[in-house]
Amino acid sequence: MNIVIIKYNAGNIESVNNALNRLGVNAEITADPDKIRKADKVIFPGVGEASTTMAYLRENKLDELIVSLKQPVLGICLGLQLMCSHSEENDTECLGIFDEKVKRFIPKPGEEYITKVPHMGWNAIQDLKSDLFTADLENEYVYFVHSYYAEKSEHTIATCNYILPFSAALHRDNFYATQFHPEKSGTIGAKILENFLKL
Amino acid sequence: MLAKRIIPCLDIRNGQTVKGINFVDIKEVGDPVELAAKYAADGADELCFLDITATHEGRKTFVELVKRIAAHINIPFTVGGGISELGDAEKLLAAGADKISINSSAVRNPKLIDDLALNFGSQFVVVAVDARGDENEHWTVTVNGGRIPTDKELFSWAKEAEDRGAGEILFTSMNHDGTKNGFANKELSKMADMLKIPIIASGGAGAEEHFVDVFTKGKADAGLAASIFHYNEIPIPVLKKYLKDKGIVVR
Repeated sequence: MNIVIIKYNAGNIESVNNALNRLGVNAEITADPDKIRKADKVIFPGVGEASTTMAYLRENKLDELIVSLKQPVLGICLGLQLMCSHSEENDTECLGIFDEKVKRFIPKPGEEYITKVPHMGWNAIQDLKSDLFTADLENEYVYFVHSYYAEKSEHTIATCNYILPFSAALHRDNFYATQFHPEKSGTIGAKILENFLKL
Repeated sequence: MLAKRIIPCLDIRNGQTVKGINFVDIKEVGDPVELAAKYAADGADELCFLDITATHEGRKTFVELVKRIAAHINIPFTVGGGISELGDAEKLLAAGADKISINSSAVRNPKLIDDLALNFGSQFVVVAVDARGDENEHWTVTVNGGRIPTDKELFSWAKEAEDRGAGEILFTSMNHDGTKNGFANKELSKMADMLKIPIIASGGAGAEEHFVDVFTKGKADAGLAASIFHYNEIPIPVLKKYLKDKGIVVR
């Protein structure tokens, strides 16, 4: 199987490669449009800021390419946010694969203490749908690090609760995306990556 | 609900895990990757690796080690020790570190926090603060393992670090460190009310109930400890079960 990880100006791309290697899978990290188009599976990971990464994608014409892909695509973290229509992070127009908007968490004063932003750490995923998740993953904990979230919608295939219920994962046609980091989510994350590879 | 995090911390010298008490009788006790893998399998939520190597060769060894950790370990990890400029951080990021921790270098040059946050994002920057409280409850920030007092005050420095772009504060109370009598819950709680970023509590863990206290009374987001895990005084699965039974949300 020919797996490609899209190379762009975002962090943590190597972590995804490491996680695939642990599953015994070799992936290629590349920005070559031909290689991306021909891959069996494409992963679009990322940690970073929305406006600078979107600008980079446009400059390198990766925006049109990603939207046109037909094989299974998995966006991770910033990847998910960039696949939405708009992000409040520096008022950025994104790829629009999902029509959802990305908003900033507002810290919430609680009875005990302020709910912090970023949402950082392990949280449970619920109401799982689609082939990306198997039933045994309901309520399992996965690792999140983010200050912005995608709203819940018809495309939501996993929900997480932090300050409010938000989309922990989205799916439309061949496009899948997780707000959490499967590559850093222990054995649960490894199962989710395996499920994606089986699509 | 967001789970409270348990973070074992490993001291590294020349690429090996070391154990010692107060920098005395330091012994090299084996491969950090093996120990880290065991902690990850046991249910540790994150790992922290502190490089206590002083030599240039040792630093290179550490970067190589970070690559091996990133290849083998499937949970997030922070690395610290000797990071004083952007280039140091960049090497560690490229090697696969999820976060870096800075301490003395941030005290000496606070703008380093801004620069790191701007270049790599706040989520990458943990500011570690070691502080000692006096009888008047004035808390002075210290460097060099608590040996050298600075002109900074704990709470104002933690707030400044947040304002400059730190993603988390790792607070070690030098009064509690090594005592095994529990964490500095009063100070941690005060800090939690002041800051909007997560706080990792360190110093004083000696029993399961200390972690209950640090998450309830201390309002900490994560608890970090070294010796209780290294010497297997409290195995992580035992600690996690204890916390769950006490109503603390853990994974």
